[in-house]
Amino acid sequence: MPEASTTRRGPVPAALAAGLALLALSVAAAVAVGPAGISAAEVWRVVAARATGGDSGMPPLREAIIWESRLPRALLAAACGAGLAVCGAVLQSLLRNPLADPFVLGVSSGASTGAVLVVVLGLGGGLLTLPAGAFAGACAAFAVVLLLSRLSGGTTAKVVLSGVAVMQLFSALTSLAVFTSASAEQTRGVLFWLMGSLSGADWSDVLLSAAAVAAALAVCTASASSLDAFAFGDEAAAALGVSVARTRLLLLTATGMLTAVLVSSAGAIGFVGLVLPHAVRVLTGPGHRRLLPVSAVAGAVLLVWVDAAARLAFDPQELPIGVMTSLIGVPVFVYILVRTRGAR
Amino acid sequence: MTLTAQNVSWRAGGRLVVDGVDLEPEPLSTVGLLGPNGSGKSSLLRLLSGVRETASGAVLLDGEPIAGAARRAVARRVAVVEQNAETETDLTVADVVGLGRIPHRRPWSGPSAQDDAAVRSALERVGMAGMAGRRWHTLSGGERQRAQIARALAQEPRELLLDEPTNHLDIGHQLDLLDLVARLPVTAVVALHDLNLAAMYCDRILLLDRGRPVAAGTPAQVLTEESIAAVYGVRAELAPAGPGGRPWVRFLGRC
Repeated sequence: MPEASTTRRGPVPAALAAGLALLALSVAAAVAVGPAGISAAEVWRVVAARATGGDSGMPPLREAIIWESRLPRALLAAACGAGLAVCGAVLQSLLRNPLADPFVLGVSSGASTGAVLVVVLGLGGGLLTLPAGAFAGACAAFAVVLLLSRLSGGTTAKVVLSGVAVMQLFSALTSLAVFTSASAEQTRGVLFWLMGSLSGADWSDVLLSAAAVAAALAVCTASASSLDAFAFGDEAAAALGVSVARTRLLLLTATGMLTAVLVSSAGAIGFVGLVLPHAVRVLTGPGHRRLLPVSAVAGAVLLVWVDAAARLAFDPQELPIGVMTSLIGVPVFVYILVRTRGAR
Repeated sequence: MTLTAQNVSWRAGGRLVVDGVDLEPEPLSTVGLLGPNGSGKSSLLRLLSGVRETASGAVLLDGEPIAGAARRAVARRVAVVEQNAETETDLTVADVVGLGRIPHRRPWSGPSAQDDAAVRSALERVGMAGMAGRRWHTLSGGERQRAQIARALAQEPRELLLDEPTNHLDIGHQLDLLDLVARLPVTAVVALHDLNLAAMYCDRILLLDRGRPVAAGTPAQVLTEESIAAVYGVRAELAPAGPGGRPWVRFLGRC
């Protein structure tokens, strides 16, 4: 008994501080690795110079590699990892389904449809960028999921079923658009982006994604107790004083919108949101006050490293990061499944 | 003052599931809800906890309609133990009992020393003090029921609603559990199937048939050969032989 309560009640602030320090080191290391032979000290010099408005004293090209390319990329990876992990953790609890992930609400399929419509059919007459189209598609899909689940009674199972239906619908629409009008080149571009790609990351992506992650994390952490209360179902949560319908709508919207932002800037990076919360629960226990922030930091660190690996594994060719996360995620998932067998 | 129902009704699929029920338990008493499957016992409990809204009539908590009250405030007064509590989450007994502290907590704040003390004393009360670290999925049916009751006690309620809490328990555990409920310093409303257990532990009984109240009063007043035949369709013999002169039902067969 004492063993269980001590591992589950470790000091959160200390663990988080350690996690954030690890994240900072990971970002610095991920920026440094690669063909240009940059050192962590150089990364620090550029960041310090930019922060204070001083001069780093480095060749402009070298500085550009760090500041314009690798640093925003690593930070976007961190934001995506944090956001996807938090969304997965929240949705698994809210929908009482261990298989729920950030894409269960149909958002990624909607994003792909939006992206294809912009790239292939030229929707928006060139004014809409691919990410903007993806975001619009993601929001549309999410709105349909909410509407469908509401029309069908709004229970937990109906949300999941609505998500599956919408996912199928938008996948079909994407295939239809690609089949009827896309060139091989366009298809390749959209597919690459859909499997997840951080190669186009710039500072506006970073700022937007980080702001979305921070906002959603704040909303979800404030609802941590309510999320705990869903463990025994909607009615038990209501009897514990949770306004079930309102809380569900709030959290679905927070996670749905966050996923839409992340997918439209980096594509659908699979498995982080599904696997990572399960792994973190083993460390923190099921309480969301610990689970959510720790998931965020762990997801951020993980994706920074995975992206560095995806960038370098087949250098100079780049592997879509979604392929990498699945290759790593499936064995981990299997391990967790087998490990928790005894507990059920 | 406590939790009362005034002429409450509730409808599902066009059918009246609860039909004009009054309930006014004495503070700290134990009230048994009896009736066949589908007689509206569980639905009435959901109306009493405010989880469902009445179609007509009102549930009052200290004289105020529960429908307009804040959910959290209601949950600090009224605790519910459901029939089948199941979870996919890997929770310990302490985690489960700790859920009862949620209505006492503000957003952002974590468990306080007071919460820990309430969890500990609730566990002691149900005789599970040494089992705080046990995993929910490794518990027996009786242990799960006791853990859920401890969770309800951690809510520090004054009213406790239990839906067939003795389901799946052996007779020894059934007696232990109802003995515990009857001794708790709360007003308890318990849906039960076993007429003799109801006679042994309840101060008052409300007998329901297809949502309608058929009889209400002490066990001896409610449990008669006529009422059992009318509601359950079962012939029975009654002997006032139980502890404290409470009636004892012997079944003779179908009517």
